[in-house]
Amino acid sequence: MQVTSTVRKPLVTGGKTVHDVTEDICRHVESKPNKLWGMAFGISVITLLIGSIAVVATVWNGIGMWGLNKTVGWAWDITNFVWWVGIGHAGTLISAVLLLFRQKWRMAINRASEAMTIFAVICAAQFPILHMGRPWLGAYWALPLPNTFGSLWVNFNSPLLWDVFAISTYFSVSLVFWYIGLVPDFASIRDRAKGIRKMIYGALSLGWNGAAKTWSRYESVSLVLAGLATPLVLSVHTIVSFDFATSVIPGWHTTIFPPYFVAGAIFSGFAMVLTLMIVTREVFKLHDYITMEHIELMNIVIIVTGSIVGIAYITEFFVAWYSGVPAEQYAFFNRMQGPYWWAYWSMMTCNVISPQLFWFKKIRTNIAATFIISIIVNIGMWFERFVIIVTSLHRDFLPSSWAMFYPTVYDAGVYLFTFGLFFTCFFLFAKFFPVINMAEVKSIIKSSSEKTAE
Amino acid sequence: MKENQKTYWKGIEQLKNDPEFVKKNEGEFPEYLPINEQSSEANGRRDFLKLMGFGIAAASLAACEAPVRKAIPYLNKPVDVDPSVPNYYASTYVNGGDAVSVVVKTREGRPIKVEGNKYSSVFKGCTSSHVEASVLSLYDKERLVGPTKGGAEVDWNTLDKEVTAQLGKIAASGGQIRIVSNTVLSPTTKKAIEEFKAKYPTTQHVAYDQVSAYGITKANEASFGQAIVPSYDFSKAKTIVGVAADFLGTWFSHVEFNRQYAETRRISAEHREMSRHFQFETNLSLTGANADYRTPVKPSQVGGVVAAIYNGIAKLAGQASVSSSFKASDVQYLDKAIKELWANRGKSLLVSGSNDSAVQILVNGINQMLGNYGTTIDLAQPMLYRQGNDMAMNTFAKDLSAGRIGGVIFFNCNPVYDSAEGAAIAKGLAKASLTVSTSDRMDETAAAVTYVAPDHHYLEQWNDVEVKPGKFSMVQPTIAPLFKTRQAPESFLKWAGQTVEYYTYLQNNWKETFFAQQSVTSDFQTFWDKTLFDGVFEVAVEARDVTYSAEPVAQAANSIAQNYKVQGQGLELALYEKVGLGNGTMANNPWLQELSDPISKATWDNYLTISMAYANELGIEMVDGETELVTLTVGGNSVEVPVLIQPGQADGTVGLAIGYGRTSAGKVGNGVGVNAYPFITKLNGANTMDVLAGVSVEKTGKKYKLAQTQTHQTYMERENVIQEATLPEYKKDTAAGRWSPKIYKEGEYIKPSKITLWSGHEYNNHHWALTIDMNTCTGCSACVVACQAENNIPVVGKEEVLNRREMAWLRIDRYYSAANPAGNKKELEEASANPEVTFQPMMCQHCNNAPCETVCPVAATTHSTEGLNQMTYNRCIGTRYCANNCPYKVRRFNWFKYHDNTQFDKNLSMNNDLGKMVLNPDVTVRARGVMEKCSMCVQRIQAGKLQAKKEGRKVKDGDIEMACASACSTDAMVFGDLNDPNSKISKLLKVEEKEPGVKATDRVINEDRAYHVLEELNVNPNVWYMTKIRNKDKQEA
Repeated sequence: MQVTSTVRKPLVTGGKTVHDVTEDICRHVESKPNKLWGMAFGISVITLLIGSIAVVATVWNGIGMWGLNKTVGWAWDITNFVWWVGIGHAGTLISAVLLLFRQKWRMAINRASEAMTIFAVICAAQFPILHMGRPWLGAYWALPLPNTFGSLWVNFNSPLLWDVFAISTYFSVSLVFWYIGLVPDFASIRDRAKGIRKMIYGALSLGWNGAAKTWSRYESVSLVLAGLATPLVLSVHTIVSFDFATSVIPGWHTTIFPPYFVAGAIFSGFAMVLTLMIVTREVFKLHDYITMEHIELMNIVIIVTGSIVGIAYITEFFVAWYSGVPAEQYAFFNRMQGPYWWAYWSMMTCNVISPQLFWFKKIRTNIAATFIISIIVNIGMWFERFVIIVTSLHRDFLPSSWAMFYPTVYDAGVYLFTFGLFFTCFFLFAKFFPVINMAEVKSIIKSSSEKTAE
Repeated sequence: MKENQKTYWKGIEQLKNDPEFVKKNEGEFPEYLPINEQSSEANGRRDFLKLMGFGIAAASLAACEAPVRKAIPYLNKPVDVDPSVPNYYASTYVNGGDAVSVVVKTREGRPIKVEGNKYSSVFKGCTSSHVEASVLSLYDKERLVGPTKGGAEVDWNTLDKEVTAQLGKIAASGGQIRIVSNTVLSPTTKKAIEEFKAKYPTTQHVAYDQVSAYGITKANEASFGQAIVPSYDFSKAKTIVGVAADFLGTWFSHVEFNRQYAETRRISAEHREMSRHFQFETNLSLTGANADYRTPVKPSQVGGVVAAIYNGIAKLAGQASVSSSFKASDVQYLDKAIKELWANRGKSLLVSGSNDSAVQILVNGINQMLGNYGTTIDLAQPMLYRQGNDMAMNTFAKDLSAGRIGGVIFFNCNPVYDSAEGAAIAKGLAKASLTVSTSDRMDETAAAVTYVAPDHHYLEQWNDVEVKPGKFSMVQPTIAPLFKTRQAPESFLKWAGQTVEYYTYLQNNWKETFFAQQSVTSDFQTFWDKTLFDGVFEVAVEARDVTYSAEPVAQAANSIAQNYKVQGQGLELALYEKVGLGNGTMANNPWLQELSDPISKATWDNYLTISMAYANELGIEMVDGETELVTLTVGGNSVEVPVLIQPGQADGTVGLAIGYGRTSAGKVGNGVGVNAYPFITKLNGANTMDVLAGVSVEKTGKKYKLAQTQTHQTYMERENVIQEATLPEYKKDTAAGRWSPKIYKEGEYIKPSKITLWSGHEYNNHHWALTIDMNTCTGCSACVVACQAENNIPVVGKEEVLNRREMAWLRIDRYYSAANPAGNKKELEEASANPEVTFQPMMCQHCNNAPCETVCPVAATTHSTEGLNQMTYNRCIGTRYCANNCPYKVRRFNWFKYHDNTQFDKNLSMNNDLGKMVLNPDVTVRARGVMEKCSMCVQRIQAGKLQAKKEGRKVKDGDIEMACASACSTDAMVFGDLNDPNSKISKLLKVEEKEPGVKATDRVINEDRAYHVLEELNVNPNVWYMTKIRNKDKQEA
């Protein structure tokens, strides 16, 4: 039995009934796509195609199409990889961790943020493959597959291999979790559909019959998966940070990275969820489901994680100074005052200063402000990875090798490609899948919407 | 039948029946079979059969997967040519007046690598970047494939007929014929020319040198009555003073000088002495970079500096001084240099690169007063490298322009491009009725003549070379001529009416002349074979009686006072040769074009070097190679040239390298840089590289990018990278300048290696290592090209160097001292105006705790059982993680496909069938997308081990040599096995015998100078560096 404080604000506004929920959500799946959606989808596909040119050119001619060099072996590729993985963090956090903590406000947003997670991880996964010199081999040689190459095996010491496991585990668990959640909603759509649609949604709903036993199993599976997914929230970005932390490069070789990366990931993930939610909310008119309450709560998460990230930045500097290691000290001096000072200060402004504006209730409950800051945070988090990767590499131990990295149009093109991929997937999802978890939202209608109905 | 009672013994052992035989006889095999070495299991034989069966099956299966393409077996195998077994032939690198005795490595009949010939007492196995790169020029597609007339191909008969007819006509009408060449070092070729002259008596042979020594020969004629360039022996000098002489980089026999010089710079705890080197020069040369005290002087001060030294020494010697307004105290360190020259008289050496005979007469006078003749200078053994006569060349150009020359043959030279008279000759050629060139390509001169009778490449010909009197070196073909070319002296003989193969002619000449000079053998064939085998033939020559005359000194001093007016006003230009491209004859060699200049670190360009002060005055900044074009005007000539800010450049001067701006060298060399030859002028009748007046520079405002492989100037005072001290400090403490990181742990400071996750390695057989002595490394860069040739390293072109993607496995890091060593991190980036320079060859350090090995996801880079960090190309998937995690940044990634790719057509060795012949078949040509790096020439290690195994012995020290170490003239690099306590490297590093149980990687090194770069990381490299010791009184910037 769920007890909800009367003081608490309702999670769904507008006096929605259970039937309203079904109607409001299924309407978008069942109706013809509207013009706005068509335009957005069209732009995404065009972006994807333009980006594909860069991808094909890179694979055809070689990594030399990018701006990398003998000193800076990773730049936009791994920056984008870490950035997308980071964005993919919010989904699992919202659906798994908040489920375990019984935060019911997550219900309206978990579906879309999980979808976002999956698409973001797909985008992230493009980079480890595309950045390889020989992706046609590396794509499977990096896996510990039994093979006919003799005793060749992967190197279990390598953090890149840990990445392979971390990302693939995270992706599979997230995908399963997301899909299991979708099953009852697919069944609702199936029950209302006819003809070929009925068949497709019927197949997707895996024979859901709505029986009490089924619901019981559904809830158990959700809990189990949430339990499985929760450590992943911490592990994925921890392991991604090992790529850097276990190296010897000043600016990379630091033990603060795991918590710092996890906080940063949640920070950027929530920002991205906000960006997408605000758009979805407006386009699909979901103001009653995704309320100001949701946005405010997410903004609070952003203040908290943004502040953690800020403290991490400052701690790094302190430790560099305190360590007495000249190379480390130079790396951090170089971040602030070297040729990439602008990237560093963009990161500081976007990640540390801008989220502090959310201390003002007026700002954190303002849609436009939230939208802008969420985008600023995402820009900042991209710069954070750029700063870590490029400014550490471009001036490391031997001054003879110091070099600059200048991106080419192909660097940008591949990044664009993942944007195209992400939004194409997301718009397809928004059109054909229920963007809000109907089954779960219905469970909070009663306890939280009654009072407003009065 | 009667029973046979006879016993047949298997052998005498059975008859004797000794116990050992009985014991052995019990087993199936009497002798020990080494099948079971690996395991102690009893069923070794079965395992052997199993393994063999599996091995055959696996090998056949593997063979199925990769079909061999285009492998053509020998129908009749040539004698001594075994597939995959290299043959070595002694020969001699010849390029104009440059020659070096070499040994050529051939594989399946293709020369693929040139190394030094240790039998030569002159060169002692040393090479230079040019020598190392010369093998690629053999396979240059731009070479002419046969004779041409007016640009169209003709056959030799037609050419010979026409040329002979025209020569006859000219001779008959009394017309003048000229043979123009660079210095000719071959006595037999000279003889052939003499025969030509005998046939056509109006012929004169005009020799010129791109960088002339005519002034020196004139000076020696004046001082000693002999028009020669004497030999120098730097190894005997305790005080070396160089005045505008780049004797380590480009001056005459720099290969020889490098080795001699290094002898005086090699120090150890037992021998704490080294020479002191003063250098007074305009541009920062390789030599200046090695000097202990370097003072930038303007070209207009050179005369004054020499006069001041003369007067200083004369005063100390109590001899008459000359009139000079120049005071020694005006130039930093000049007084000091004079004092030390005098203190070390007889053991000192003053050399000047000036081609002004007046300056050289004073130089002779100084060395005479110092008593250096007979010790550091040898007049009896003159160097023959530069025999050009600037006046004769000038007269020739005038005669040609005036139409006084009927026929001219350009013998392997390109004066239209590389002489001061180039423009005049180009114009005048039309006035000669017969013009012939023997160039190997359609160069600037060949394109302007009627007939081209292309000569062989030196690797295709028979010849001899005399570098010093009595010091002969043989040129022996290592491949049949690739094209329908003919050796130039054979052409001369042919045109002189003699139909004789040059080989026979050469042999006959040797039989007549040199065979008689020896007494070792009386059989000519034995003598000939021995000479060819050794590659060199050396006979003692009698010391000549020379007397010094001080008479010309006064007049020379007057000439100096007149010509070198120290005004300090106008801009001056100092032309120079770059270490890489030299005089430009090898401009179509991409290995040299892409060789990073040891000083400026620039590739693929020449540029105007200017001082920082002048750059500020002009308002030009240079960031990451991005600079501006300026217009340089001298008299009527002006060129647009990029600017390079060069620390150490004398204020009020600019420098420009010759050898660039070729228009007809081939697709690699054409259009690279600007031609500086037209700026060469005459002074006292000899070519001078200095322009003392009338130089102006104007900004154009146009941006230009110079492709540098290193854009950062200083080492940021990082003691973990460069460790250096002064000689007085070293004398007190052999660990002077060493920086040993210590880490605080539990109350004490301990070495970083004491705190580690690594458990070390045990190397049972060999433990390969390399030491690099930063004191003897002069930065000459021969090793860089040797590495490129040995390891099939691609050339990537200017654009990719700009993208910082050059592929060199071995690079020479050049660091300047900072202007403000105590400054903040930003200020440390500024190089001093006249910096101390340190060269640090940097390649894979073969770390025992390698950071690259742990991060590769597919284990494509692994550690060998002999301490090597090895790269498995076909396993590499190209994540570049290893390169990122390499603290030395020595890993190189194949960003593109560099072979068979028209985009990289300047990578001659991989983009056409001819060029590919230079590839070393023992080294894989790397595919796109894989990582590569120095392998410590693992192919040479394997070959050496195999050879030892075949001979049933252990590998001896010296059997295996890395390409770089073998190219090193100064023995700055020593490679060897640390497991062998008697190896050179073990002794050099004073390796302590390890206690049982101590791992190979933990062995104790007792040499105080030896250090690991970035020791604090505890990556524990197998490459050791030795501290740089400068012979300075005290530390100063």
